[in-house]
Amino acid sequence: MKQYTIPALLALLLAVLVFVSMTGAMNVYWQSVLMFMGINIILSSSLNIINGNMGEFSCGHAGFMAVGAYVSSVLSVLLFAEGSVFGEALLPPHLAVFLFPFILVAGGVAASLVGLLVAVPSFRTRGDYLAIITIAAAYIVKSTIENINAIGGARGFMGMSKVTAAMNTTAELPWMIIWVFLGTVFSVWLIRRFIFSTLGNGVNAVCQDEIAAEIMSVNTNQVKMTAFMVSCGLAGIAGALFAHVLGYVNPGSFTILKSTEVMVMVYLGGMGSLSGSVLSAILITLLMEALRPLQIIKWIVIPLLLVLLMQFRPEGIMGNRELANIFPGLKKFYRLKG
Amino acid sequence: MLQSFIQNIFNALQWGSFYSLIALGYCLVYGVLLLINFAHGDIFMVGAYIAFYVCMLFLGKFGIIPGMPGWLVLALAVPLTMMLTAVVGVTLERVAYRPLRRKGVNRLYVVITALMCGLILEHANLALLGASRRSFPTLIPTTVYNIAGVNITNVKLGVILVAVLAFFFLRFVVVKTKIGMAMRAISYDRFAVPLMGIPADSVIVFTFVLGSGFAGLAGLLFAVTYPVLDPYMGALIGWKAFIAAVVGGIGSIRGAFAGGFLLGFVEIMVVAFFPSTLRDLIAFTILLLILSVKPTGLFGVARRTKI
Repeated sequence: MKQYTIPALLALLLAVLVFVSMTGAMNVYWQSVLMFMGINIILSSSLNIINGNMGEFSCGHAGFMAVGAYVSSVLSVLLFAEGSVFGEALLPPHLAVFLFPFILVAGGVAASLVGLLVAVPSFRTRGDYLAIITIAAAYIVKSTIENINAIGGARGFMGMSKVTAAMNTTAELPWMIIWVFLGTVFSVWLIRRFIFSTLGNGVNAVCQDEIAAEIMSVNTNQVKMTAFMVSCGLAGIAGALFAHVLGYVNPGSFTILKSTEVMVMVYLGGMGSLSGSVLSAILITLLMEALRPLQIIKWIVIPLLLVLLMQFRPEGIMGNRELANIFPGLKKFYRLKG
Repeated sequence: MLQSFIQNIFNALQWGSFYSLIALGYCLVYGVLLLINFAHGDIFMVGAYIAFYVCMLFLGKFGIIPGMPGWLVLALAVPLTMMLTAVVGVTLERVAYRPLRRKGVNRLYVVITALMCGLILEHANLALLGASRRSFPTLIPTTVYNIAGVNITNVKLGVILVAVLAFFFLRFVVVKTKIGMAMRAISYDRFAVPLMGIPADSVIVFTFVLGSGFAGLAGLLFAVTYPVLDPYMGALIGWKAFIAAVVGGIGSIRGAFAGGFLLGFVEIMVVAFFPSTLRDLIAFTILLLILSVKPTGLFGVARRTKI
């Protein structure tokens, strides 16, 4: 029975969230904060694969997020919304709910294919040079989007709110909360399975010593490629959710600042700790909301926080430990012994 | 056709000069510490602002001679700007990088700290001075020399000349002087240097002085050429200059210089033949291609790792 505890708790949490949003016990502001929390959890735990477990330094995560956001937005608007860009909706609106997961996945797949831009050079280069390549890839994505006038260029792209409205024709539920919740649970589950698999051990081995890993028959190229593609794909899913939550995307929201935000979450949580990156995503989201009235000062406080962190506790909140290492009592609820 | 081509070459030389001057600073710090000083682009921005305030000071009531001529202000502003920017760079090294180096932490932590310091500089500037753009005063009236249909301004010539002089000066410092030898020694073997009685910390501070000083000079020249200052001006130029330094081969001064001019040429030629919005896209794509063919850059030497 114990192995079903966590799924049961998650289902209960989802039910509670849906209920309080339906009855209006939780206002719209807190709903959006919760949704951004979920999106940030996906982003930080996916970047944690590259920056934490693999020990690389990718600072272009927002670029892959942008790919997912745009691909999924264009798809969903094309299929379910009447817009000035694509004209009539291709499919009846009651299908929106059933096809939306596929749209999210399509965004993720597109992002993981763009992730090849970084994954292929990573076979030959490491460290600083790879960091440069990730930055360049993010810039390439951003300026490509800005140059495609069909999807609004630098002005941005809208119409996704119509799609979320179309979902309500099937059933009156807070759909975006449900999708973000499911997406977050799916991502964390996937990353957990990935990290504790043989391939995931390979990722940790590449971080420790690439040459030794190669000698011990780890196929390093395959490991790097999988890690990058999983990470970028999940960033794409996060971007897709982000676009549909806001109902509007703009290339300006995927700058180096966004990447930095995600990096802060990873390093605050602890490199290579999945539960750490989830915890710190929750903390940073709340901190961001608390600092919102400060506007520009926010961007002095957050980097300063990270600088101080690097000086006094560079291993972050959790170090490279998981929750189960700190509270061994939790282990009996896992099917998978980490 | 030929005239516009030559015109573009001059524009590219000027644009490449800025990249080269910034790339040289990146290259010095990386060569000595193996640290990407991600805050360098923002030090360039700070340099431009320092230049602005220095010039305002001289042009205002505090001028040593009332109604100082522009060339004198410029002549005084160059060393002052370089010194003050160097102070900013050294402060950064003292406050943020040195404690981490003393602890001997993972190199990654220093890189992250550098990135964050850059963000702090940008946004502290925004918070202190506001988001309104400042326009740099005209110090030297622009004269245009028209040689066979090609327009060359005196500012353009000055910028190119300064970049070339800076290159030779740095090359002289690194190759011919004792402190340059110490810098090369540190990049060659970090552990043996203190054993030989070389004060590693002072050499590192000197490196930051040189790098930041030239970033300040680049900021001043940039402000003279494009007299609009805003807090984010350093970010993109800094990233690009760094990528240029990497393409040239990081850790070699020749490489940084060549990479800067290469990037300048690529960008100007893209703008000449394509819509200008494609500039960053094509520039970054070309750089990525070069890096994937030659990961160590054009002049870089592959370091052997012992197993």
